Amino acid sequence: MKFSEQWLREWVNPSIGSQELMDQITMAGLEVDGFEAVAGEFTGVVVGEVISVAPHPDADKLRVCQVSNGEQTVQVVCGAPNVRDGLKVPFAEVGAVLPGNFKIKKAKLRGQPSEGMLCSESELGLSESHDGLMELPEEAPVGQPVSDYLKLNDIAIDVDLTPNRSDCLSIKGLAREVGVLNSLVTTAPVIEPVKAVHSEVPDVRVEAPAGCPRYLGRILRNVNLQAETPLWMQEKLRRSGIRSIDAAVDVTNYVMLELGQPMHAFDRNEISGGIVVRMAAAGEKLVLLDGQQVELTAETLVIADHEKPVAIAGVMGGEHSGVSEKTQDLVLESAYFDPITLAGKARHYGLHTDASHRFERGVDYELAREAMERATSLLMAIVGGEPGEVVEVASAEHLPKPRAIDLREQRLADVLGLKINRTTVEEILTRLGLRIDKLLKDGWRVSVPSFRPDISIEEDLIEEVGRIFGYNNLPVTEPTGSLGLRAREEAVRPLSAVRNYFVAQGYQEAITYSFVDPKIQQLVDPEREGIALANPISADLSVMRTTLWSGLLKTVAYNQNRQQPRIRLFESGLRFEQTNDGIRQQPMLAGVVVGNQTPENWVNGRRTSDFFDVKGELESLFRLLGIEVAFVASQHPALHPGQTAELLRNGERVGWLGTLHPQVQKNLELNGTILLFELFLNSIVTGYVPNFKDVSKFPEVRRDLAIIIGSEVAFAQVEHVARKHAGEHLTALRVFDVYEGESLGEGNRSLALSLFWQHPERTLNEDEVHSLFNGVIEALKEELEATLRS
Amino acid sequence: MENLKQLVQDGLSAVEKADNLQALDQIRVEYLGKKGVITQQAKTLGKLSAEERPVAGQKINEAKGQVEQAINAKRADLEKAAIEARLAAESIDVTLPGRGQDLGGLHPVTRTLQRIEEIFSRAGYSVEQGPEIEDDYHNFEALNIPGHHPARAMHDTFYFNPGTLLRTHTSPVQIRTMEAGKPPFRMICPGRVYRCDSDMTHTPMFHQVEGLLVEKNVSFADLKSTVEEFLRVFFERDLKVRFRPSYFPFTEPSAEVDIEWGREPDGSIKWLEVMGCGMVHPKVFEYCGIDSEEYRGFAFGMGVERLAMLRYGVKDLRMFFENDLRFLRQFR
Repeated sequence: MKFSEQWLREWVNPSIGSQELMDQITMAGLEVDGFEAVAGEFTGVVVGEVISVAPHPDADKLRVCQVSNGEQTVQVVCGAPNVRDGLKVPFAEVGAVLPGNFKIKKAKLRGQPSEGMLCSESELGLSESHDGLMELPEEAPVGQPVSDYLKLNDIAIDVDLTPNRSDCLSIKGLAREVGVLNSLVTTAPVIEPVKAVHSEVPDVRVEAPAGCPRYLGRILRNVNLQAETPLWMQEKLRRSGIRSIDAAVDVTNYVMLELGQPMHAFDRNEISGGIVVRMAAAGEKLVLLDGQQVELTAETLVIADHEKPVAIAGVMGGEHSGVSEKTQDLVLESAYFDPITLAGKARHYGLHTDASHRFERGVDYELAREAMERATSLLMAIVGGEPGEVVEVASAEHLPKPRAIDLREQRLADVLGLKINRTTVEEILTRLGLRIDKLLKDGWRVSVPSFRPDISIEEDLIEEVGRIFGYNNLPVTEPTGSLGLRAREEAVRPLSAVRNYFVAQGYQEAITYSFVDPKIQQLVDPEREGIALANPISADLSVMRTTLWSGLLKTVAYNQNRQQPRIRLFESGLRFEQTNDGIRQQPMLAGVVVGNQTPENWVNGRRTSDFFDVKGELESLFRLLGIEVAFVASQHPALHPGQTAELLRNGERVGWLGTLHPQVQKNLELNGTILLFELFLNSIVTGYVPNFKDVSKFPEVRRDLAIIIGSEVAFAQVEHVARKHAGEHLTALRVFDVYEGESLGEGNRSLALSLFWQHPERTLNEDEVHSLFNGVIEALKEELEATLRS
Repeated sequence: MENLKQLVQDGLSAVEKADNLQALDQIRVEYLGKKGVITQQAKTLGKLSAEERPVAGQKINEAKGQVEQAINAKRADLEKAAIEARLAAESIDVTLPGRGQDLGGLHPVTRTLQRIEEIFSRAGYSVEQGPEIEDDYHNFEALNIPGHHPARAMHDTFYFNPGTLLRTHTSPVQIRTMEAGKPPFRMICPGRVYRCDSDMTHTPMFHQVEGLLVEKNVSFADLKSTVEEFLRVFFERDLKVRFRPSYFPFTEPSAEVDIEWGREPDGSIKWLEVMGCGMVHPKVFEYCGIDSEEYRGFAFGMGVERLAMLRYGVKDLRMFFENDLRFLRQFR
């Protein structure tokens, strides 16, 4: 809410400066978002009077005017279309400085001398309006500085109110708060009932009393809506960010700003029969004041006449029934609409109005009549007219009930951490308008005024006391409590250990959005459909990722486009998947590698990372985690069919490793060989707690062999067969050479293996080792058709 | 016997001339070996009388000793020279860069999160996780934000369907943890959160850490110390902290926390909003089946990117999610 400081000070005027005032209300919980001067900075501008206007001899669009500043008359050349005899205007005399440090000097315009300038609103920084000169009222005193006349020594303060503080959406409410903070009484304008001069009343029927527990209407006959809103009111509206429209709209807006009651004015002649407050029938149409036609839903509360809806209650009036210059008789509306009924309605129609903002948060349910009287008298002062009686339809059953809440002294002290003395508590509550009904043995019974719908439980009162007492005046104490120890599973490695491992391997961590481009998603995981957002921020962030690769590959593209040839990235986070049992959200850790395995150096470092580099890094990770994982040749739609491994732990899939499929790579416009892995974090972080075994004191024996074997036979098969026949004392099996060449014959390769044996309790004898070694060789020959390489 | 003197002379001069260990060894064999010329002199002793023999023998031994000593000295010299030559040959340019894997690094958000987790873990807070696709109940309802509440407008929520959404804060993790356990509680909930908002100062995904402490006897004053201490520990500075009344549906009383961050042009303190906090609302306890007459709690929440920006001087929030390597590498 934006308001004029001057206006507030008409109600309550503490002897503190603007900055201090703003600090004070910010610290009371009404956060000041900013402020601005209500006009540009200027000097030397007075109220001038145009004495005479003559055509310019050499320019069609210019006029030569004689302008008085009250003491003397000077010639001013002016191009504004609305300049005329007798007009009172802001007159920048020679020597004046206008906003933007624009100095007014004597000048000649097309040969005619001009001493000064007549100003528009925009030239004084009052508005954006360029519609000719600013016209001042006839009674404006000629010669008075314009800044004094318009009281421009003012600022517009913007407070960002939290949704609970609807009571401060008015000058009245803000003044009440400032009064409390400064122990001052506020001065409200005197509002007296306007005497009816005729007996015509609008026919009001409320068919939806739950949505509209109170409705007041009044007819004002024979008004003159050509009458202009007085400058003082226009200025207050302008400084509150509201444009002047016509007297009827201006007055209802003024009362809303002043008291907090949104109101509406209808053209009586456009209301057919009478006013009915009811729920809309689904499909009813209404053209709103902003020209938009809406189709109403059955949940919408409307103001209707006997034929059709004429307004969405508490949101916006209809175009047809609105007032215009020709309107003769008005119907004024002042009502209390139920916040829950109105919640979200404006938004449903793409609207957010000053009225809906207030009604959704809760308007004072006792304010409608006071506002009606205030609006009637303000309006009559401008447009004249004959007021009728106020008709009120209220449903006591649906109006909020007056509330009384008990506040316990002990509870107050317990929550705030300080025992505040009783007098202070009582003073704070009373000044806030909360009446102390009864002193209880251990506290107070407090009744809540109608303007504080946010206060309904004891905590609300505690907050009020704490807030006004000042949070920063409360003590600072350290919490006490249980110091019990927490379980910590040793076999489970924290994610931070995994992250640090990858960092040490040269990987940079990335964090990418959890929602991704469905096109990328489709390329890297075509078999799964990403869960789609109903209201994505953009098409390329519209489905939830089913794999972290989507974001990582996009990041690779981003960095390759910025001359980064060597990229090693990892990310951890959830992937999302729709299953028959609902949505599955699994923590993953994924990585991508492209470019040289190490940074280029002065010996080599120009070797591109390949599958086995990354596999080695993952194998080390699994050793760190204390788990055994098998890499099994497999297929994945995004990966190279001959370079894909499924990672299995105890037969269960724990991840993937592979080279990005060249076709996918091309579609994603990526360069180089791209290696990808993704691990299911929950399946890999639990390892084991070490269990010590005696170190053998006896020598280890090594035997090497080289075999020629069909290339289609996986090393894993060779290892499996070898281990099966190597006996229980085999301690290690390593491959130390892999060779493919013409000399071996088509489809063959050679593998060289080392086998290590060691017995825990004795030295193995030559015969034993020899027989095991031969057993392995024979098995490889028989089971895998291997031949021993000579 | 004049011959012996000459042999010693010859031997010493040969040793003198030897320029490597092999040559020196040859000299040793030639003069002192079994068939060495000096050793051979012993054969002449047989021709001497019993009186002359010991004298002559001693002379031969002396001669041997003389040459041997010279050889040993020379050997020591040559060995030393050899080591020195090797050292000279093996010297390298130690200023050339080392080789091997480069170091990666953590994302600045992770770095900040880990720091926050570490600070609170030391005070006995557990670190809790929860789902990111949430239901309306845990994200709003149980946090005292019913369907019609205007506070829902403050959360620009991403929906999948009317009851399913991306969590807008990590508070639902507190609800889930309280539902599953029994008080007292002391926890923080770090993680990704989502709001349907994207501009210079908003990204549709960001990170939050929320904290919760539930005990039998805890007050707003305890909350103040926890928040103040955290901010001072995090920024490693004795900064001024102030608590400004505010509103969150799930806490009451509620406050925004501002820290002193430099000065305004007029010399007054420049305050920056960094956290929100408050005492747990009785309604929230009610949803979690906790008696708010027996237990009280405080909760606080902070935006991780905001803290990281302040801590590391990052100017543009959006950089965190571009993952430009030249940006990321600055935080390892």
